[in-house]
Amino acid sequence: MRLPKQPNELIDRETVVSFSFEGSPVSGFRGDTIGSALYVAGRRVFSRSFKYHRPRGLLCCSGQCPNCMLTVDGVPNVRVCVEPIREGADVRPQNVLGSLDRDLLGVIDRFAGPFTPVGFYYRTMIRPRRAWPLYEKFLRHVAGLGRVPANVESRRYDTEHLNVDVLVIGGGRAGRTAAAEAAADGTRVLLVDERGGTGADGYQVLAPARAIGIYEGGLVPVDAGDVLYRVRAARIVVATGSVEQPLVFPGNDLVGVMLPGAVRRLVDDWAIKPGERAVVVGADDRGLDVTDQLQRAGVEIAAVVDLRSSETARISASGSGGRLRSVVIGPSARKVGCDVLVASGGRQPAYSLLAQAGALIEYEPRRSIFLPRELPAGVETAGSVAGTGDPAAAPLASYGTSEGDKCFVCVCEDVTEKDVRRAVAEGFDSIELAKRYTTVTMGPCQGKLCHLGSIRLLARETGTPEDEIGTTTARPPWAPVELGLLAGRHHEPMKRSPLHFRHEQAGASMMWTGAWRRPFAYGDVEAEVRAVHQRLGVIDVSTLGKIVVDGAQAGELLDRLYPNRFSDLAAGRIRYGVPTTDGGRILDDGTVARLGDELFYVTTTSTGSDSVCEWFEWWNTVWGYDAEIVNLTGALAAINLAGPQARDALASLTDVDVSNEALKYLDARELSVAGVPCLALRIGFVGELGYELHFPASAAEHLWDALVHAGAVPFGLEPQRILRLEKAHVIIGQDTDSESNLLSAGMPWILKLDKEDFVGRFAAELAQERGLGERLVGFTMPSTTLPPEGAQVVIDGWPAGRVTSARVSEQVGRTIGLAWVRPEFATDGAEIEIRVSGSLARAAVTLTPFYDPDGVKLRS
Amino acid sequence: MSFLLSCPNCGLRDVYEFKYQGEVTKRPSGQPSQRELSAYVYFRDNVAGIQREWWYHRVGCGQWFIAERDTRTNTVLGTEIPLPARSPDR
Repeated sequence: MRLPKQPNELIDRETVVSFSFEGSPVSGFRGDTIGSALYVAGRRVFSRSFKYHRPRGLLCCSGQCPNCMLTVDGVPNVRVCVEPIREGADVRPQNVLGSLDRDLLGVIDRFAGPFTPVGFYYRTMIRPRRAWPLYEKFLRHVAGLGRVPANVESRRYDTEHLNVDVLVIGGGRAGRTAAAEAAADGTRVLLVDERGGTGADGYQVLAPARAIGIYEGGLVPVDAGDVLYRVRAARIVVATGSVEQPLVFPGNDLVGVMLPGAVRRLVDDWAIKPGERAVVVGADDRGLDVTDQLQRAGVEIAAVVDLRSSETARISASGSGGRLRSVVIGPSARKVGCDVLVASGGRQPAYSLLAQAGALIEYEPRRSIFLPRELPAGVETAGSVAGTGDPAAAPLASYGTSEGDKCFVCVCEDVTEKDVRRAVAEGFDSIELAKRYTTVTMGPCQGKLCHLGSIRLLARETGTPEDEIGTTTARPPWAPVELGLLAGRHHEPMKRSPLHFRHEQAGASMMWTGAWRRPFAYGDVEAEVRAVHQRLGVIDVSTLGKIVVDGAQAGELLDRLYPNRFSDLAAGRIRYGVPTTDGGRILDDGTVARLGDELFYVTTTSTGSDSVCEWFEWWNTVWGYDAEIVNLTGALAAINLAGPQARDALASLTDVDVSNEALKYLDARELSVAGVPCLALRIGFVGELGYELHFPASAAEHLWDALVHAGAVPFGLEPQRILRLEKAHVIIGQDTDSESNLLSAGMPWILKLDKEDFVGRFAAELAQERGLGERLVGFTMPSTTLPPEGAQVVIDGWPAGRVTSARVSEQVGRTIGLAWVRPEFATDGAEIEIRVSGSLARAAVTLTPFYDPDGVKLRS
Repeated sequence: MSFLLSCPNCGLRDVYEFKYQGEVTKRPSGQPSQRELSAYVYFRDNVAGIQREWWYHRVGCGQWFIAERDTRTNTVLGTEIPLPARSPDR
């Protein structure tokens, strides 16, 4: 029943909003919450409790307790007391077998008590072991609150960054005042408000939104529904207020037992009469003042007990069907009939955010609450979170427990006073242990309504003062957060080469290589390999790292960064380079071309471009050579033109002399191809005559088209892997690992120990001194067998190495591969065995490339 | 870890913009013993206190610099671009 218009009511009586509850229509006004509309429609039982399935009704009415959690439009655990009403919402109960009013699992409350004491899941249902699958099935079915629907509509969550001078957390009176004051001189102020609300007086408001933690550096994540704001503030004002604390007494969870705030909101905000006959018990003025609201709503006030002045040692509520009917209260212990019991043990400052920020939390024995002290720099308080407030009584840890109904310390997890006593008796007598054992404070309210109460109880049971017991550690998130918000927007970052759409148009099957999308092949892998060997192929190698090193001491810098020498490289020439670390690890590989006296062009592997550039810059920050390092990877495209016809094709597209005399193997030349200025590197990763053309990315499609038009067949990564394996070219990170060094990987010629110090020298010398433990070698076997990568090498029945790469080569006519073996088997023709599909296959070691071992083709 | 770090070029930025490269070590020179080499390659002081360490402004200007940070509180006492050594020491 609605009351006449209340002075500050939030409802718009002109606009009716309808939704469904358990399939039946319910209506309310705009300004209602789903919870208030249900209450006015007569609903009193909103949920069933976690463990005992006891009926529960509105307790705090401010989004803190678990009592009104329902499933709304498939989203479980929505606190409907603060969830704005919306047209057409589908609201359903959760954690029930049957209906809210007739929950078959309610039987647990009546009969299972002795079998489900605190920690029962640690010690019952253990035996017989064979029955565990049955127990598990049952437990999984009844455990937890709410269900995540199987077919969830995916929602988008985003993260945004905000920088402000002052962040005020909490939109109550104190928070608003603090924000207005701070904003008066033009300071940028942001106020975060859990309820709605708009900005005023020159400050910005984020609402409805909740600060869920305070991290170092003044970082405050703010949950605004679909957006997680990462707010950075120089000053943080915490105005989170205080939380009304329930009293602990038998029957304190009956439907009809409320905190004062619930009554205040029902009457003031939504003009709802909470009940017919009320009893009020309070420890402070704010708790007792709800008599105003009750009177205004026409509720008969049967009794008022001020805990500050009365010698109350016993409160006991009883009811039927889970609904409150009467309460025995006060020194006289008289029984009073009522359907509403407003019970409040004073207010505990909501200090969690302050504790996370590093404040000290101390017990104040006179008022029996915890207060924040010694705030860290940059963090302040405003309002009642600092513990300012009316004088209040220190309530008892519990009121009368020897008889009557269950007496709850924690309504979220159904932890009773008896559970805490039992935990202490079993030795869990520190708050951190008792918390973990009983799970008190670990439910949806995260201790807002039970932390203080559980510490008071523990103090009484252990005979230890509260200040010695202390608090448990406050950790983020302070309020429940949807996991999607923390995960952020679902996206998979992808790098595309400037030729990406050409590959797609050509029907390439694309694959991931790191963050890159690259063509696996355009069709028949073998045909693409054949095209390169016999005629002409092109492959997009734009993903290669491309770094320019420029300056008077560029050569010296490279000499220090590589095991081989570059300062003596002639202009227009190319040398292979393998940077290593001082620990001896092979970092990457690539080519270094000298383009001028002071100018070098370095290529890296596709995945190594950033790390190699960072590596160069780091060492040059240490050494300070006169050399600039510029990463041009994204600015340039690169295409490798390879095959016996490569020279003719190139000649047809350029005016420059590209004869074998003018442009030799390992020459680098700047020339124009199809009108595009290119750097041509004559190198041969794939084993045939080839030119790697590097040029501005904007011309990529034009040049690609010209080369394809000239007869080149596009080939993908898989054909390239076969081609490079035929040459026994290693892929760093696939054929090598962090234990490999230049000697064991079969590249001793790279190492120039006669030059001055370079990064990796110590390790190289040590490796030389110690000899090899393993060597990377080639092997061949009949093409009917193909070992997987990682296959075991077996010698005399014992594991003696592993395969790192293997492919069937049509060109060689056998299966070829690379493998790590013991050094004594690193001789041409040595016989090894490889485990393939459970049986052993024979293979022969080869130390030279499988195809064109003398590099005649490359030089032709 | 969410503290702020001051890049010598760009000023105060979120630590997520940077790459951490570990404490500043001294690279041995001449003919170091194996023990010295192992210490240099594998061992770190891991102090609970003020540490000099390398940072790289990866999502920014690309500057390498050295920060002095209290590892207990993540308070950054200062940052600087080091003077080049032009020698094997660092």
